[in-house]
Amino acid sequence: MKKILTSLALLGLVVAGTAAIAAEEAHNAAAPTHFPIDEPKEMDWSFTGPFGTYDKAQLQRGLKVYKEVCAACHSMNLVAFRTLEGLGYSEGQVKTLAAEYTIHDGPNDAGDMFDRPGKPSDYFPAPFANEQAAAASNGGAAPPDMSLLAKARGVERGFPRFVFDIFTQYAQGGPDYIHSLLTGYDETPPAGMVIPEGTHYNPYFLSGVSLKMPKPLSDGQVTYDDGAPQTVDQYSRDVSAFLMWAAEPHMEDRKKTGFRVLVFLLLFGALVYLTKRKVWEGVAH
Amino acid sequence: MSEGHSTYTPKTGIERWLDARMPLPRLIYDSFVSYPVPRNLNYAWTFGGILSIMLVSQILTGIVLAMHYTADTTLAFDSVEKIMRDVNSGWLLRYLHSNGASFFFVAVYIHIFRGLYYGSYKAPRELLWILGCIIYLLMMATGFMGYVLPWGQMSFWGATVITGFFSAIPLVGNWIQELLLGGFAVDNPTLNRFFALHYLLPFMIAGVVVLHVWALHVVGQSNPTGIEVKSKTDTVAFTPYATIKDAFGMIVFLFFFAYFVFYLPNYLGHPDNYTIADPLKTPAHIVPEWYFLPFYAILRAITFNIGPINSKLGGVLCMFGAIVMLFLVPWLDTSKVRSAVYRPWYKLFFWLFVADAVLLGWLGSQPAEGSYVFMAQMATLFYFAFFLVALPVLGLIETPRRLPNSITEAVLEKNKGGGHHPAGATAAPETKG
Repeated sequence: MKKILTSLALLGLVVAGTAAIAAEEAHNAAAPTHFPIDEPKEMDWSFTGPFGTYDKAQLQRGLKVYKEVCAACHSMNLVAFRTLEGLGYSEGQVKTLAAEYTIHDGPNDAGDMFDRPGKPSDYFPAPFANEQAAAASNGGAAPPDMSLLAKARGVERGFPRFVFDIFTQYAQGGPDYIHSLLTGYDETPPAGMVIPEGTHYNPYFLSGVSLKMPKPLSDGQVTYDDGAPQTVDQYSRDVSAFLMWAAEPHMEDRKKTGFRVLVFLLLFGALVYLTKRKVWEGVAH
Repeated sequence: MSEGHSTYTPKTGIERWLDARMPLPRLIYDSFVSYPVPRNLNYAWTFGGILSIMLVSQILTGIVLAMHYTADTTLAFDSVEKIMRDVNSGWLLRYLHSNGASFFFVAVYIHIFRGLYYGSYKAPRELLWILGCIIYLLMMATGFMGYVLPWGQMSFWGATVITGFFSAIPLVGNWIQELLLGGFAVDNPTLNRFFALHYLLPFMIAGVVVLHVWALHVVGQSNPTGIEVKSKTDTVAFTPYATIKDAFGMIVFLFFFAYFVFYLPNYLGHPDNYTIADPLKTPAHIVPEWYFLPFYAILRAITFNIGPINSKLGGVLCMFGAIVMLFLVPWLDTSKVRSAVYRPWYKLFFWLFVADAVLLGWLGSQPAEGSYVFMAQMATLFYFAFFLVALPVLGLIETPRRLPNSITEAVLEKNKGGGHHPAGATAAPETKG
């Protein structure tokens, strides 16, 4: 056994050593080869951990940021207005909210397409007619749909953090990333770094030194009526939380069910274990 | 182990009527009630039962998911999201199914490593082992095709990379690849045939599982000592002894499974698969699901040509060879002793092999560049050396520890703190050791 442990320890050392060398190779400030340059900052979110719930006031603020800022370029095709009741809105409020939008519908009985006010059963309309139009208006890169963004983004955690993540239930890589990206525009690139024209430096960007999207938020841009600070940091937090909800609307239900399931399995397991002890009592094994 | 004659006696009229026509109750009674199992089985032996409930769970959740899924490249991604958002408990079904695949593999790896550790593949269990290897192969095919169905970025690019392997095969490679894809690239025909096969293969797995269990019930279970059952005192009845122990093992396993399903449902997946497949945008790192990573590392470790074999074909050969090794294990191992418990050197190499497999898995998740390539090459070398050198040579040069005369003796020795007993002094299983 001792031998095994020593060999495993040796093997571990070799692995750690070579990994360190590999990390060293990647380090060159002006011409980085691995992205993001900076890891996302880990934030406190209300929805983390086994009993996490969404902060409804925050989600409503996040929706406001989405509607007033992000929605100019980003679609959210998979989110229906009816689901906004999950943000704490009443049925009537959702109806009003949906009616603010114009939905292109049809054809009607006469065979014509027509515009009508939105209904709760409608989905957020996309800002562009199609992906080509979206790309053409945005310097050649279509802004990604935001419905699943909080689950579709995440920076690799690396060893040994991905092991600890199991115990800490770290599942907020998406919102951490989005928040860091939105607040990361003000940093100055290292001397000598080449920033391609028409792009904007952001050390938190997942796949390069810079991205096509210019800094989208500025202080005071969106008016909050609940007294929350009107800062880029607060906007970023709120919209990240909202996007987490948009990507995972049944999260609260999931965690609540999960707790019941685990408690049941624990109690049932204990009973079965005691039964097993009783059955095997007197049988050497 | 198989006693040859049944101890079932029908008690009611219906049972007697059935028994005379189609003795299904007798088959069940003989297989799962009176069936004798070695009394010294530890919890590593509960994974057979765990695997069977995972198979059932995957089939049940899968059938319901298939009712809501649309296998069309323009609709597949959104239909999965429809399940997640609008189908009643759809999120639960889908997370059970996607994490279920991972935990199916967790269980199968423990099951395989248990077999390797205790030498469960040795005569007369070679066929049992090979049937198991076939199940594992079918599972890999099923898992791979299932991962393509949500039509995310990793689905698409994983399918592109993996079907690309086949084009490395000389002469027939391109033909096989086009047959798999239903065209020249991953597209709608690929998605449709993968869906059809993903629905078919689990039932083929279930069929081979029946053969696997049949073979098991002919030769009987192995056990931690690796000594065959010699007398009645070596065994206990399947029910209640194994049933209750299996049940406890299953509940513990389900606890871990549920922890992931409810708290970390996307931990084992890749974020890129929440972006719809785009044939024009290649992800920075294409990685398969975690359970393929060791083989992926082996594939990419071959960066050099070997004579007429170029590096691509060499990688593919090594990757398939890594699985072929498993099939050959019963004949590669030359040791007369089954269990690693009595084989100090094999035990060491076994654990090194486990560490090597984990290392390969981690390397498979890293980009194939810099020092990772060299590490993967060394780990690949050890992988094959374990099967082709360690297994045959250790059996010839190793001096095994003294084997107990019987399972009962081993059990009593263990319970009395390792004292020696003459073989005849074994007590009945009912008396406490």
